[in-house]
Amino acid sequence: MEYEVVIGLETHAELSTLTKLFCGCSTKFGVEPNTQVCPVCLGMPGVLPVMNKKAFEYSLKSALALHCEINKFTNFDRKSYYYPDLPKNYQISQNYYNLGVNGYMTIEVNGSTKKIRIHNVHLEEEAGKLIHPEEIGTNYSLVDFNRAGVPLLEIVSYPDMRGVDEVDSYMQTLRKILLYMDVSDCKMQEGSLRFEASISLREKGSDKLGNRVEIKNLNSMKAVIKAIEYEVGRQSKLLDRGETVARETRLWDAVTERSERMRSKEEAQDYRYFPEPDLLPVLIDEKWLHEIKGTIPELPLDRKLRFVEVFKLSDYDSGILTEEKVFADFFEECVKILNRPKAISNWIINDLLREVKDRKLDIHNLPIKPKQLASLIEIIEKGTISSTIAKEVFSEMIQSGKNPHAIIEEKKLAQISDESLIESIIEKVIATNPEAIEDYKKGKKNALSFLMGQVMKETKGKANPKIVNELLKGKVGV
Amino acid sequence: MIDKKLIEYVASLSRLELTRDEEEMFMNQLTDILSYIEKLRKLNTEDVKPMAYPLNKSNVFREDKLCPSTSKEEILANAPAKIDAFFKVPKVIE
Repeated sequence: MEYEVVIGLETHAELSTLTKLFCGCSTKFGVEPNTQVCPVCLGMPGVLPVMNKKAFEYSLKSALALHCEINKFTNFDRKSYYYPDLPKNYQISQNYYNLGVNGYMTIEVNGSTKKIRIHNVHLEEEAGKLIHPEEIGTNYSLVDFNRAGVPLLEIVSYPDMRGVDEVDSYMQTLRKILLYMDVSDCKMQEGSLRFEASISLREKGSDKLGNRVEIKNLNSMKAVIKAIEYEVGRQSKLLDRGETVARETRLWDAVTERSERMRSKEEAQDYRYFPEPDLLPVLIDEKWLHEIKGTIPELPLDRKLRFVEVFKLSDYDSGILTEEKVFADFFEECVKILNRPKAISNWIINDLLREVKDRKLDIHNLPIKPKQLASLIEIIEKGTISSTIAKEVFSEMIQSGKNPHAIIEEKKLAQISDESLIESIIEKVIATNPEAIEDYKKGKKNALSFLMGQVMKETKGKANPKIVNELLKGKVGV
Repeated sequence: MIDKKLIEYVASLSRLELTRDEEEMFMNQLTDILSYIEKLRKLNTEDVKPMAYPLNKSNVFREDKLCPSTSKEEILANAPAKIDAFFKVPKVIE
């Protein structure tokens, strides 16, 4: 039978605030266990949580960027469950009045766009981190509460995705949006961005949803895709045999590339949500919304389409430039100074990105400024240096942070266009390579390129190739 | 209705082990509480908005400013079991 795959994603993103959601403990990653905790995030009796304004505003910003309707009255609820990573035995989350509802995000798949609806966006607190010692026979787990209370944004999509291509695009697009807005560092390897997928199959053409299976423990985007592919295979085999798919939660194992059903005890969900009495509700007025809207930058997909339209760049190049906001900003700064979008785009994509990768540069602190790249391109266009020498200058610019003019002067890299000087070098080269002239006269055309190469070598690549070529042709009598 | 099954279920959600006597006691107490709520439910509340908060206040925030955390020693002082800087708990996954 032919099936249609129906997929929804739940995304958790840790917000990049300095402090936790309800207390002033640091959110810094990777520090000594249990050193960033206090009575509030440990849920000691008598403590009072107070909402971090920045975390709330980051959430509002994200909900707006995902085109959500904003609840003018929003509050927080206790979600009760007992698990050792949760110090209070409840998690402060949102259930009855989510911050944002009924939004959408536009994704791009194979050149066409699709809207994936967002069910809701809400703010909650992170749990601590459990560590399970690997030695066989250990009967304990370890808990580090440094992460407990870090602000966590949850974004729940509708089951609008129909295949892994769409899922991949959804994850990439959402990640880019959050990064563009600077609300999360989205480091999947540090767990600050996580996905959970729910998957069901139905007969093609049917509009009835099948039993859905939730997959957890997906630690990378690759794992999400693999787990979905595995699950689609598993469910279609069951359905082909006339069996039913059990509604359950499964855990993905990235090593064996299989999923296992979660034990039913952990699956029992009865969260008994009720309004958190320790926090006051939040009322959101138009003025505040307007202020937050003003902080949302142009989003990656819009920006990419504008680059194609306004700067006449290819879809591919625009995609690379807008992948990171920093480079898209860098590009636009350059274009403002020098109106050569194509050349600037080439330098960023081919050279700047390579240097960043090779030298592992911090992209938020690039050693080169847009003005410097623009002046390098201007120098090339004036013919002061060749494009080969320009690569050398560029590399030196990255290394030292100096201006191109200074490097060219210091290293005497300016192109030699003095005809009499070039002529004397040509004569010297011809004199030391008489056989090349003989070869040329015998009809070996590439002897000319050989001589050309020798002249460039003599001048360390600085001779103006056009002049060398003309003069050389004159000398050998073409 | 609060019956024994419900008491057992609520206890298991809270990871509590109750003795027979405790089960009996909680069953009676919870039944009393709920019958009081039943009384309240008889009131006409048609025009009354649900109220979750006793204060007529909203939008209380703090700035995103660092405060010193409690020392690791103090934090772990309450732990029934610990290893190095970690809290030690019964194994939670198979």
